[in-house]
Amino acid sequence: MADVAVRLTQLTKRFGGDATGRRVAKFVDGATPGDSILAVDHIDLEVRDREFFSLLGPSGCGKTTTLRMIGGFEQPTSGRIELAGEDVTWLPPYQRNVNTVFQNYALFPHLTVFENVAFGLRRRKVADGEVRTRVTEMLALVELPGYERRKPGQLSGGQAQRVALARALVNKPAVLLLDEPLGALDLKLRKQMQVELKRIQQEVGITFIYVTHDQEEAMTMSDRIAVMSRGRYEQLGDPEVLYEHPKTRFVAGFLGVSNLLPATRAGSVNGYAGFRLGSGTAVRVPLTLLEGRAAGYAVGVRPEKIRLFEPKDEVPAGLNQAPGVISDASYLGVSTQYIVTLADGHRVTVYEQNVQRATKAELWASGEQVVLAWAPEHCFVVEDGGATDTASIETPSPEPVVA
Amino acid sequence: MTIFRHRPGLVPLLLLVPGIAWLAVFYVYPAFQMFLSSFWSGSLERGFSFSLANWTTYGAALDRYKEQFLRSILYATAATILTFLVSYPLAWTIAFKAGRWKNVLVFLVIAPFFTSFLLRTVSWKILLGDDGIALGPLKQLGLLPDEFRVLATPIAVVFGITYNFLPFMTLPIYVSLEKIDVRLVEAARDLYAGPWRRSGAIFGGVLGGIVAAVLAWIFELPVVPLAAVGALAGAMIAGLLISEAFVRVTLPLSMPGVFAGSLLVVIPAIGDYVNATLLGTTSTTMIGNVIQSRYLVSNDYPTAAALSFIMMAGILLAVAAYARALGTENLTAGRGL
Repeated sequence: MADVAVRLTQLTKRFGGDATGRRVAKFVDGATPGDSILAVDHIDLEVRDREFFSLLGPSGCGKTTTLRMIGGFEQPTSGRIELAGEDVTWLPPYQRNVNTVFQNYALFPHLTVFENVAFGLRRRKVADGEVRTRVTEMLALVELPGYERRKPGQLSGGQAQRVALARALVNKPAVLLLDEPLGALDLKLRKQMQVELKRIQQEVGITFIYVTHDQEEAMTMSDRIAVMSRGRYEQLGDPEVLYEHPKTRFVAGFLGVSNLLPATRAGSVNGYAGFRLGSGTAVRVPLTLLEGRAAGYAVGVRPEKIRLFEPKDEVPAGLNQAPGVISDASYLGVSTQYIVTLADGHRVTVYEQNVQRATKAELWASGEQVVLAWAPEHCFVVEDGGATDTASIETPSPEPVVA
Repeated sequence: MTIFRHRPGLVPLLLLVPGIAWLAVFYVYPAFQMFLSSFWSGSLERGFSFSLANWTTYGAALDRYKEQFLRSILYATAATILTFLVSYPLAWTIAFKAGRWKNVLVFLVIAPFFTSFLLRTVSWKILLGDDGIALGPLKQLGLLPDEFRVLATPIAVVFGITYNFLPFMTLPIYVSLEKIDVRLVEAARDLYAGPWRRSGAIFGGVLGGIVAAVLAWIFELPVVPLAAVGALAGAMIAGLLISEAFVRVTLPLSMPGVFAGSLLVVIPAIGDYVNATLLGTTSTTMIGNVIQSRYLVSNDYPTAAALSFIMMAGILLAVAAYARALGTENLTAGRGL
């Protein structure tokens, strides 16, 4: 079973109306204290060996609870957790071959950097000489040599983050759990650490399970991502699949910006499915994109995939097109973002790269008539929950859930 | 108020003025007067005269009352150990396990303070009486011999001090425990800190034996059997209840509270005379009783003043040594994260 690092089977966590439940309830919209809260709802998941796996979702989606159950800090209500084929569901944290990088690091403030990193080795009664070698090696790996005698209070956020990583990795765990480890860092440092984390993961060859609410972070580093919502994951796949072909409205909205237009099926021709948008415009989508989706569709397209034409221009054949009016333009540097209003009032976001313009010399201005055009292959189809506003990804849940 | 705008450094100085003035008038001046009076000679009837040659009063006082000095130190030490043993588990439970009962329990810890110190101690006299509600029934059932007594023994005095000063130990420990991020304990458990088991049992056994032996000696009870009981209890507690995460993380991080609490108990306990007066006998007299009687009964102001200053110097030296040994700076530095 070497190729599966972690297997979750029907893993479920329900918090009762006790103290923990009340603490958890604070993070969940619509949950009243005293309710029992279904934080993780019968999850089945396999994380592959040496994989960088992310649990991505908004706060309250159950991702942290899932991670804490793998770490042993929370006991599941039901279900099973296996580490490298071994059932560890009921083992305490100190008997599991996993280590955790905590949110806000949880470095021991009374110990030096050296003793923080050596903590796990000392508990396992590793000989002094080996402790020194391994701690030194690990501090070199996280690029903090010479910091051995500092106290955590004397470190910057980025340095503390590296020490936390070293403290966990020095024990050579089978799986490393990371709970929003970059959340407290500023944007620039966060970007730098993302690259760093990926490098370290490849260097040490350890399975990483990474919890985050930041879709960009998850996309940058992960081999695979599970997008979680309401105690379950909505879709599991590599970043490209999740971005290009989201299966649900939630995933489409959570990863990047997407335009979702409610549509009704209107026959199929030559491997393409026909759809009619609310504005009456007909669009085509490859039939293969409908696989696995239940009826009640919305057709989506990412803003950077849309090109803008003047009404008098000839749109290349084979593209989907829809007329609209520019209602807002913002120059972003790399690109310009337009908001285009369609005939039925739907607003579509379009990104146009600021390179030499193919169709028009200047930027588009508010009020100008345009035609949107995009390739059928760039569409995606999601099951439409009935909500029409693309911004509202938060639908009221019958059962409150949690991070 | 422009002066503050130009010299912002003046503001903190100004804020210190009331405190400094108060201490100067009500502490420094009387203490200085007291210091001068320790060099007096004479009596209330004939009047006192000052002479530096009277420093011999110090040697004489120390020599004459060394037994009471020693007893004060021992009783205060015993009371501090006992308050610690009671307070730590109490504070830990309130800080980590009490949930929404936290504030109620903290209130209950200080609730006895709503009754006067004197009244509380007098009520212990009734409680511990030879045929009082604690011992009476046990004697009637034949579980205790008729001549058994607690009142008028070192036990009564030390237990009285322990009871009266308990909140001074509990509250600082509670405050330092309450500040500890539970994730630190989780991190320790994540990094293989499990039960303490074997080394804990050995450590707890040795420590429990020593503490029980010291207490037994102070209480004039049989040392060896009590040391054995203490060793057994210590071994069981440390081996079965205490985890390595507690020893490596929680305990060191709560040391500032333990340090503050033990000072708050030991310093007033050394000078206390109420418990020894109400619950003890002439053979449990503490230095506070001597000072009180020298000053108020015998009007022997020089000796009373000298004894006070010997006590003060002794406490200052002991506290300095204690602070150095515990290294509170190391413990409190770098708690930012």
